[in-house]
Amino acid sequence: MVADRLRDIKSHYDVVIIGSGLAGLTAANCLAKCGRSVLLLEQHYNFGGMATWFHRKGGHIFDISLHGFPIGMIKSCRKYWTKEISDSIVQLKGIRFDNPQFQLQTTFDRQDFTRILVEEFGIESETVEAFFDAARGMDFYDDQSMTTRELFEKFFPGRSDVVRMLMEPIAYANGSTLDDPAISYGIVFSNFMSKGVYIFRGGTDKLIYMMRQELKANGVDVRKQVLVDRVVVEDGTVRGVMANDKFISCGAVLSNANLKTTIDKLVGHDQLSPEFVAQAKAVRLNNSSCQVFIGIREGETLDHIGDLLFTSVDPEFDSVRLCAKDVTSRTFSMYYPDTRPGSNRYAVVSSTNANWDDWAHLSEDDYQTEKKHLIETTIAALEKYIPDVRKKIDHVEAATPRTFYHYTHQAMGATFGTKFEGLQVSMDLPKQIHGLFHAGSVGIIMSGWLGAINYGVIVANEVDSLCHEDGKSEGRMAS
Amino acid sequence: MGDQRIKNIILEIIAIVAPDAEITDVKTDIRLRDQLDLDSMDFLDIVMELRKRYKIEIPKEEYPELATLDSCAAYLGPKLAGVAAT
Ligand SMILES: Cc1cc2nc3c(=O)[nH]c(=O)nc-3n(C[C@H](O)[C@H](O)[C@H](O)COP(=O)(O)OP(=O)(O)OC[C@H]3O[C@@H](n4cnc5c(N)ncnc54)[C@H](O)[C@@H]3O)c2cc1C
Repeated sequence: MVADRLRDIKSHYDVVIIGSGLAGLTAANCLAKCGRSVLLLEQHYNFGGMATWFHRKGGHIFDISLHGFPIGMIKSCRKYWTKEISDSIVQLKGIRFDNPQFQLQTTFDRQDFTRILVEEFGIESETVEAFFDAARGMDFYDDQSMTTRELFEKFFPGRSDVVRMLMEPIAYANGSTLDDPAISYGIVFSNFMSKGVYIFRGGTDKLIYMMRQELKANGVDVRKQVLVDRVVVEDGTVRGVMANDKFISCGAVLSNANLKTTIDKLVGHDQLSPEFVAQAKAVRLNNSSCQVFIGIREGETLDHIGDLLFTSVDPEFDSVRLCAKDVTSRTFSMYYPDTRPGSNRYAVVSSTNANWDDWAHLSEDDYQTEKKHLIETTIAALEKYIPDVRKKIDHVEAATPRTFYHYTHQAMGATFGTKFEGLQVSMDLPKQIHGLFHAGSVGIIMSGWLGAINYGVIVANEVDSLCHEDGKSEGRMAS
Repeated sequence: MGDQRIKNIILEIIAIVAPDAEITDVKTDIRLRDQLDLDSMDFLDIVMELRKRYKIEIPKEEYPELATLDSCAAYLGPKLAGVAAT
């Protein structure tokens, strides 16, 4: 018999949160700290959403999305989580680029980029400063008509090498392309490329464990392996959710599921205005990913060749080529033993951007063949940096857009949520249905670990405000 | 609640949401974000903390009213009128 994952739940919650991605987890923690009763429901057997990890025989642990995040995580984790979590964040100093246009290593901050652009690329320092300032000055309310391509053309006309250095890491970080609005680039760039790249020491497993402890301490009711079927709406107002054939009553629902899934499946179009549905339909998803996980045999070691390697054999940066199934650009994330202090293990994870359509419709045989091909070509590419890696490998496997879809239910395996227009739709959802909110990777600027955490807080504030107002009107009715 | 008390409350809250902020010498008529390296998330935290402590609601359009300590006192004064100065 299936265990009753919803045993002993309360008859009513102030807020039900659907999904335990970083946005859902953080919103849950904030709302609990504001004194709200919170139920968090996750369909998977792990919490964390794409912030996840897995174990393999031979003592291997692989992190899926722990490649690097901006310095802002330190502050956000301290404010919305704990000092212990924030204190475990460390900088990755060895960021390397290797492609036909240039080879270089950088600490990935404004100062070092300026040095490289001036000394190695021969750009005037005033131009570099002006570019940084322009990127920094951008915000959400600025004009959206300028594209990232136009922004680069304005400051670095004809310099595809400069474009590559400034764009490739961002394309990996959030799936954006040269055709996305310049402001989304500017906002992410000034967050992500101004003060270095950071990771969580101890691994994703430890981070999520610490977050769960904190949620428990703050009284959040967390349940896993509970798939929410739909949000129950009556007269334009949220009444609760249906999950595991049970109705759970609540005053507000915050969906951390993919924006499109939330609107199309969890809510349904009949509850929404036709204009809003049309607007939601027009939201484009970002691309998906492929990864190859390489576990090094116990006892073997790897030399320190850098932490994050942006490699490519393409002559120039090209957003379309970056997602192509025949891979020419990869990032290698190196996991040395100090990723998990106390461990003596090494791992390498190769990540590439990928298109859902290239993988979704393959027959099972073709799918397995393509995965093998991906693994083989990845190891061959890695041999350039670690010539004897092949004989040290103990375990290797690949993940594709299908894998991401399977584990996170993200529409089309989207690894970075939606394009820019998704943010407006996400923010407008509460105007359609009283008590319904969405938080999760949207709009490019609200994706990634930091984007998801901060967006979780922003939406938690809205939810708390609604609970406050609804509480007042209930009080009035009672008196 | 008096103006001075409101300003002190805001500073107390800032000390919690931005522990690194140097709050000993804050000018009351200069924008807080210009003196203290506060970002928009910090302002959101101030709004949440005020709601939690004093049950007051600050609509999004009115966040700019929290720009300086003086404007905080002027704006929050009426909202906090019924709240005891504890
Ligand atoms: C391969 C890869 C590499 C990445 N690398 C980085 C990186 O280096 N740095 C970085 O900052 N970011 C990285 N990211 C992005 C980052 O991981 C995500 O942006 C972020 O974790 C998304 O969080 P989220 O809260 O939006 O939602 P998600 O993580 O998508 O979580 C949503 C959760 O909701 C659950 N759910 C969905 N529907 C239901 C339902 N009906 N009922 C119950 N539960 C449901 C899902 O199971 C999932 O747990 C990477 C992502 C991928 C895939």
